[in-house]
Amino acid sequence: MGTIQDIQGEIIEDFGMFDDWMQKYEYLIDLGKDLAQIDEKHKTEDNLIKGCQSRVWLHAEHTDGKIIYTADSDAIMTKGIIAILISVLSGQTPASITDAKLDFINEIGLKEQLSPTRANGLVSMIKQMKIYALAFQN
Amino acid sequence: MLDISKIRAQFPILSRKVNGQELVYFDNGATTQKPQAVIDAEANYYANENSNVHRGVHFLSGLATDKFEETRNTVQAFIGAKHNHEIIFTKGTTDSINLVANGFRTLLNKGDEIIISEMEHHSNIVPWQMCCEQSGATLKVIPLLDNGSLNMEEFENLLSDNTKLVAVSHISNALGTINNIETIIKKAHSFGAKVLIDGAQAASHIALDMQKLDADFYCFSAHKMFGPTGVGVLYGKEASLNALPPYQGGGEMIKEVNFEKTTYACLPHKFEAGTPNIAGVIAFKAAIDFITELGVKNIAKYEDELLQYATTEVLKIEGLKIYGTAAHKSGIISFNIDNLHPYDIGMIVDKMGVAIRTGHHCTQPIMARYNIPGTARISVAVYNTMEEIDVCINAIKKAKMMLS
Repeated sequence: MGTIQDIQGEIIEDFGMFDDWMQKYEYLIDLGKDLAQIDEKHKTEDNLIKGCQSRVWLHAEHTDGKIIYTADSDAIMTKGIIAILISVLSGQTPASITDAKLDFINEIGLKEQLSPTRANGLVSMIKQMKIYALAFQN
Repeated sequence: MLDISKIRAQFPILSRKVNGQELVYFDNGATTQKPQAVIDAEANYYANENSNVHRGVHFLSGLATDKFEETRNTVQAFIGAKHNHEIIFTKGTTDSINLVANGFRTLLNKGDEIIISEMEHHSNIVPWQMCCEQSGATLKVIPLLDNGSLNMEEFENLLSDNTKLVAVSHISNALGTINNIETIIKKAHSFGAKVLIDGAQAASHIALDMQKLDADFYCFSAHKMFGPTGVGVLYGKEASLNALPPYQGGGEMIKEVNFEKTTYACLPHKFEAGTPNIAGVIAFKAAIDFITELGVKNIAKYEDELLQYATTEVLKIEGLKIYGTAAHKSGIISFNIDNLHPYDIGMIVDKMGVAIRTGHHCTQPIMARYNIPGTARISVAVYNTMEEIDVCINAIKKAKMMLS
């Protein structure tokens, strides 16, 4: 498994191939559809991050010094971004997750997905992923 | 007949591009765009007239005060109020409702009841919940019928001698339903209850006559009627306003202050503590003039044509369901397509330059009633065109294709 930095580089490369927003969004939708199912028992109120519009469920497990994240959303575009975030952060060590700079989101032109309007809960999700990492570190 | 291209030419923002596409703006229920006259009035105030109102003896203060009060008179005429001191300037509809709800805290007791409806915007729910918490009064809710209109039979059952206030919207922001507020007011009054109408969605779409309507309070926002943000109106009958205690303390709202006892100013100043949004209030007059010149009835007629056309066209999209199908509706179409999430639809049509609203529209009880996470909403204004509806519907179709 590559480092967070490596994976981010690959994602930037992937997105560099798209000519327009439509290809980018179609790719996101596909990623969303392919996102590994979260175990239904983890879709609890406690794991729910309420966005203003779409909802996100996030679950984290700490095994062999690494964090495995699973997540879901009721909106497919949000799920697409979740899939990208999971591919970057899941399977990494708590320390590398807390230190991770996720500037690739800007570079692939999806900044609007992370606007602080709280619309999709993704900003809170990233924060929550880091909080888990911090908790598992201690 | 309105000349729509001439109207559009007055709105500079309508010629800008969004995501490389011509802007198609259908989020008018959230806020309308501003004509040049409003933008100029706001800028001109700061360039040539800036001074505090109701205080100074110097030239500019007098000028600013005159213009500020001119808007009050314009609002009075626009809504047919009996007196100009029945017009209170606030920050917006939410602020207006809070002002009244805050006052009712001290007027209500345990056993008293407030009636609202299931279709209210959160800003016409939460202030009353707070009011009930603090006064011991009970909140009652008029339920919705499936078509998004109020269950008037149930309303009559809820009314009793305990009812002290009925607070309902004139037009639902999420469903577009135009409520029969004339009947609601009459029935509530027959039990001695006061009535507050949330007119945020109505003020530029329906001709208003406060004296005929007989509402005790009527609230609306300037920014939803082509005016600036941060300015709202609380209309109240003189006696109803006088019965309320002051809202905020400060300058302007006092008659005399000493440390033993302060006496309060008369209406409207009693409720206008502190320096108001002077530029906004002055520019608000330009917005009302814009509406008056076109004629509210002409606006309503044209918006209804837009609504009818848009409704017919969106219903051609397979799997699309409209929420809010009351016979009497304003220019709002709330919908979902199959099991697609409205957020996804909104994100995709945005890329095509189309601005619609998605989400729960600050009306979570409505969404719970229909068991949906939210809707996508098209809301029209007088500057919208039939061609824009076509563009919007094509964008929605494209989104549906991408998401299915």
